[in-house]
Amino acid sequence: MNGVEDITIIGVGQTAIEREKPADTFADMAYEAVTKALDDAGMSIDDIDNIVTTSNDFWDGRTISSMAVNDAVGAGLGKNITTVEGDGTFSAFYGMCRILSGSYKNSLIVTHVKGSISDNIHITNGIFDPIYMRPIGLDSLNTAALQMRRYMAKYGISEEQCAKVSVKNHANALKNPYAQIKKTFTLEDVMDSRLIADPLKLLDCSPISDGAAAVIISGEESAKKHKNAVKVRGVGYCADAYFLGDRDLADANALDMAASRAYESAEIVDPLSEIDVAEVYDAFSYMELMWYEGLGFCAPGGGGKLIDRGVTEMDGKLPVNPSGGLLSGHPVITGGLIRLIEACLQVRGDAGDHQVKGVKTALAHGVNGACGQSHCVWIVGR
Amino acid sequence: MAQKQQDQELLQYESRIKVPYTWSVGEVGSRFLMELKENRKIWATRCPSCDMVFVPPKKTCTYCFSDIHEWVEVKDEGVLQTFTVVRYETPLIPGKPPYIIGIIMLDGADTGLVHLIAGVPHDKVKVGMRVKAVFEEKRKGHILDINHFKPI
Repeated sequence: MNGVEDITIIGVGQTAIEREKPADTFADMAYEAVTKALDDAGMSIDDIDNIVTTSNDFWDGRTISSMAVNDAVGAGLGKNITTVEGDGTFSAFYGMCRILSGSYKNSLIVTHVKGSISDNIHITNGIFDPIYMRPIGLDSLNTAALQMRRYMAKYGISEEQCAKVSVKNHANALKNPYAQIKKTFTLEDVMDSRLIADPLKLLDCSPISDGAAAVIISGEESAKKHKNAVKVRGVGYCADAYFLGDRDLADANALDMAASRAYESAEIVDPLSEIDVAEVYDAFSYMELMWYEGLGFCAPGGGGKLIDRGVTEMDGKLPVNPSGGLLSGHPVITGGLIRLIEACLQVRGDAGDHQVKGVKTALAHGVNGACGQSHCVWIVGR
Repeated sequence: MAQKQQDQELLQYESRIKVPYTWSVGEVGSRFLMELKENRKIWATRCPSCDMVFVPPKKTCTYCFSDIHEWVEVKDEGVLQTFTVVRYETPLIPGKPPYIIGIIMLDGADTGLVHLIAGVPHDKVKVGMRVKAVFEEKRKGHILDINHFKPI
């Protein structure tokens, strides 16, 4: 075992993303994702030697929520199970590191969330420092609006350019059977949608969603010849300052650093030319433009022109979010892992109606924290 | 509350979670908040290594991990870096929507302070506008001892 070049993703599974899943418990959702991933890999739970579950206690409404699904993820009695609180890309990173430690061969990564069961304003207010920031009433929506305005002001990005992301991703979602919102929206629909917190409008925002996802990561030599084998070529992870005022919200510096690490490992010099498809964390329309910049698809401030030129459309040079992204369904925590699953399916040629032709190298991106505080970038390929 | 799927009633339970917390503000934060209360002044800390001036004050530098001991007073006015007009009602903010949240770079500071903006029609707020702190008459050592920032 040397490094990421020995890591292979051989199984993926996701539930349909839905506004609410009243018939499912957390365990029901996790079980569905896990059994799909095992079936996909042609494995049984006995082939798994360690499990990383991922959830958030505030969203679940219970403490140590990640340990409460251990029966549904096949941990049984005596299997090594550990937990991450954060986006699924981070738990996949941890699951990969456990294999690289030499102690494990096959990691099962599971994420679940139900956004439908509580009050997102209260929960996301809880992200922030209780002394200085919570009393101001900050939440995920109004802080995103602060970031969007700052980004637009610094780089001359227009609301229309942001809205184009929403139009593109919703159109892509029509072909994704797992997407929650499958509806065509025009630029006018987005621009005329209800103001949430200026300049954010309803259709700039991802919806509230329930969902679970699972992936199986292997360090076995034989996994490289697995029918599903997707090679991990590079992974990078980086976090920015916690206090919003400590960073310039217009710039995705932490993503820049995370991407640089992943690209270095994958020996990618010109990401726009060398990456065939990207699934990025578009929690809000403007974020996708910022992430283009942080991922080096264009220079800082160039995100607006990139979407104007159609580069990231399905028929563009680098399609971004062919699945429809989070704007078409956003189970928090699970969101990034679905990006990784979609990237793997694209590499395998198994993405169905939203398959991009000839994908050799794909990028997946996960975010945790307000205004993109921390980022994890995966480069996967054949 | 129950929904029906095929022949099976699906039950749901309401949470009763309500957990009290008492957060320590700490030595640095307490001094900052007490200056708001006692003197209507905004104090910051300055990193001895990289010179960054933090509001709210930090004990450890975000950028270089140095211990910070030096205090500097910053002005109670500065430049609005960004803002949003929040259109939805939330019990977390006093008053009715629309209300304005902004990030203010106070004169003398290197980090932005997130706070409420008021005293201006919401369609007249602009990035780059100068704003000044409006203090509460009755202050208690809280970030909302500054009621809001108003344009000057």
